[in-house]
Amino acid sequence: MADLSALRYAKTHEWSLLDGDVVTVGITQYAVDQLTDVTHLQLPKVGKSVTAAEPCGEIESVKAVFDLYAPVTGTIVEVNPTVEKDPSIINADPYGKGWMFKICLAEGANLDHLMNLEAYQQQIASEGH
Amino acid sequence: MSTLLRTPLYDWHVQHKARMVPFSGWEMPVQYTSILEEHKAVRTFCGVFDISHMGRLVLEGEDAPILLQRLFTNDVNTMKLGQVRYGLLCHEQGGILDDVLVYRLPQFWLMVVNASNRLKILQWIERWKAGYRVTVHDRTFDWAMIAVQGPRAIETHPIAPKLKYYFAELADIPDRPGSQIISRTGYTGEDGYEWILPADQIEQAVFFLTEKQTAWRFGFPVLNCGLGSRDTLRLEAAMPLYGHELNEQIDPIQAGLGWAVKLDKGDFIGRAAIAAKKADPSLPKRVGLELEGKRAARESATVLAGEQIIGQVTSGSYAPTLEKSIAMAYLSPNHAQLGNSVDVDIRGTRTPAKVVKLPFYQRAK
Repeated sequence: MADLSALRYAKTHEWSLLDGDVVTVGITQYAVDQLTDVTHLQLPKVGKSVTAAEPCGEIESVKAVFDLYAPVTGTIVEVNPTVEKDPSIINADPYGKGWMFKICLAEGANLDHLMNLEAYQQQIASEGH
Repeated sequence: MSTLLRTPLYDWHVQHKARMVPFSGWEMPVQYTSILEEHKAVRTFCGVFDISHMGRLVLEGEDAPILLQRLFTNDVNTMKLGQVRYGLLCHEQGGILDDVLVYRLPQFWLMVVNASNRLKILQWIERWKAGYRVTVHDRTFDWAMIAVQGPRAIETHPIAPKLKYYFAELADIPDRPGSQIISRTGYTGEDGYEWILPADQIEQAVFFLTEKQTAWRFGFPVLNCGLGSRDTLRLEAAMPLYGHELNEQIDPIQAGLGWAVKLDKGDFIGRAAIAAKKADPSLPKRVGLELEGKRAARESATVLAGEQIIGQVTSGSYAPTLEKSIAMAYLSPNHAQLGNSVDVDIRGTRTPAKVVKLPFYQRAK
């Protein structure tokens, strides 16, 4: 289990983990619970420039399809080939093997606009009911 | 949320961590653990669905079969005692008001209607029953109903194996004669049964069927299943869903349900209009589509041939058993032939698809 307090969260339910200037991105357990079984992923290609809070792919479950948002601005440097082949890994391990892609931060970009765990938990509590 | 109805199994669902969603005015479980797992359980062993939200209308009185014969597209006069028959209720112009099951039971007739149409159908029956010696009772709330589905399902009830396909039995439970109805019917494309019990008895029945420590009494697991898997199962079996494949503008022939319409049984509401539509080759037809890739075509997605719009998707999903993206759609008849290649617009991307034979999935007999 990843250390959830080390992650930063977008209001669109992506988590981000900063290591140097590379950010690993996945979706949260809450998002997974809402989605139900993931059946298909469309991830951005390596080399693509992405902008914080803009759609960069899609995630599809049996019931519905949702946009994936880039949590930060930068360039895609790696995508997880395993989850593209078997998206059920996202349901099984959203914070570990279920990571989706890595973004190299653009010049001047940062994670300051993202929430910490406590703020994110407050958001999902208010979304809940 | 406060206006949503709850079935007698509501507490059961919540205790078993089901995710509850609004459905046709009811608060229903969409899944317990995983739609894919629940789907697979029904295709391999057995799953249990709460279908108490469906309307259960009892028609009593000597004219009940005469009234039913007027309202129902299928023939009730040829039904044996205990038989269950699928058919439509149509309005005068032939559009479908609902798709229903009619049960011929000792003492009364039962009609099981869609939750979304229960009040409409009650009003419809009320409108036509004048002059007939018939009383109608809505038993939706004092009876509950579950569907037990899967290749091993009938092994979980002593009466089920004795019933022929689409037959039912009205049975006693202790101190309450005639208070359970069990029928060899379902909406998943698998064998199984549907079981009506008094509302206060249903939780005990589901407990008996599914609770972990007792599940293996049958020699196989029995899973709680939600409406999510019910939808993917019925889609693979190409069973229409009211509000998607069926509505008041669609007639039974277009919907591919001509087999449930007996034009030669005598007059019934909508008969003349349906007969006329049957002769009209220009109406869109319900077809099955198999799409390339795994992206699902959702309801309302446009179907194209070149630049021409030729129809619309009514239901679509990733099909867990087939591991393919499938959909049902209405297509103009000159594009509806089996094997025909079309494109489906999935959120702006054209996805190649083929018209395929329905059902997508058929169980081994």
